[in-house]
Amino acid sequence: MARTLITSPKTAKRGEIIEIRTLIAHPMETGYRRGDDGAVLPRNLIRRLSCRYFDGHDDVEVFSAELFPAIAANPYIAFFTVATASGTLRFTWQGDNGFTQTESVELTVA
Amino acid sequence: MKALNVALLVALLAPPLAAHAADADPRRTGYDFMTPQVQAMQRDDAANPAMLAVQDGAALWERPAGASDKSCASCHGAAATSMRGVAARYPAFDAAQQRPLDLRQRINACRVDHQHAAPFATESADQLAIEGFVALQSRGMAIAPPADARLQPAIERGARLFNQRMGQLDFSCAQCHDDHAGQRLGGSTIPQAHPTGYPLYRLEWQAVGSLQRRLRGCMAGVRAEPFAYGAPEWVELESYLARRAAGLRMDAPAVRP
Repeated sequence: MARTLITSPKTAKRGEIIEIRTLIAHPMETGYRRGDDGAVLPRNLIRRLSCRYFDGHDDVEVFSAELFPAIAANPYIAFFTVATASGTLRFTWQGDNGFTQTESVELTVA
Repeated sequence: MKALNVALLVALLAPPLAAHAADADPRRTGYDFMTPQVQAMQRDDAANPAMLAVQDGAALWERPAGASDKSCASCHGAAATSMRGVAARYPAFDAAQQRPLDLRQRINACRVDHQHAAPFATESADQLAIEGFVALQSRGMAIAPPADARLQPAIERGARLFNQRMGQLDFSCAQCHDDHAGQRLGGSTIPQAHPTGYPLYRLEWQAVGSLQRRLRGCMAGVRAEPFAYGAPEWVELESYLARRAAGLRMDAPAVRP
């Protein structure tokens, strides 16, 4: 389990544009570097981040990003979405070596 | 004529302004030398990657370890109160070991003596996490090295090291960080070397690291062989740097380029 930091508003007005910011601890090893012993360090990347917004009946992917070797370690990704109804934002990071991490935050829409 | 008046006014105003600036503390932390973008990254705990390590440190604080099965919290309670200002006081003289200890040595001494656990491996993720968590509790506080006469020999040796030329390039710390601070070395601004933010997240490292790691990088940079991790020379240098930076505000865990 990697550490994550997700910053999103707890409450929002209907139709409001909200900013969501995510940070996850991950080395993002490119697969091109060599270690102290000269051997190539195996690639270890997060390949994809997706955010699904479940508002009670619809489960919609509101954001996704593909990540590549040029992305820094501990990737920070911020994006915006529209608050439509109270529900859950579910974040999934997927990467090499079967890496998967899912976190959820609740959003109350007034 | 109007332009001349303005010029005259500026000329009249200039000396008092300059005098005022000279009165103020000329010391600047590394934060002041960074770009606004990196400063914003540090100010925002949701964007500062060092805060990920701090989360780990908070968990370590509560986790029992060693034969005693005690956690840090078992003795020290809530870190927010018990560790407030602690990082700002280190290195400090340890009566039991009869030598100055820096914060990580102090934490390891606690682990060995009170928790009966193995010390944290040098520069390991756990060590940096707990150190970062403790340092965070002193954020915003002035660096306050103890007025302890037993520290004085270490500070003096540290001052000598700071001014001692070393390596194939034959540079001392002072030649860059006193004489040429604010100027550039390649693409980087040379800061004044005030250790206010350690352990910190360095973008170049893509990781959290300690002051010793940073100093080792500087020594390698002047083509000197760095002292080993944990060598007494580091504690001496750290003691001198803390005295030199006394009064500056802690901003740990910081972000640096």
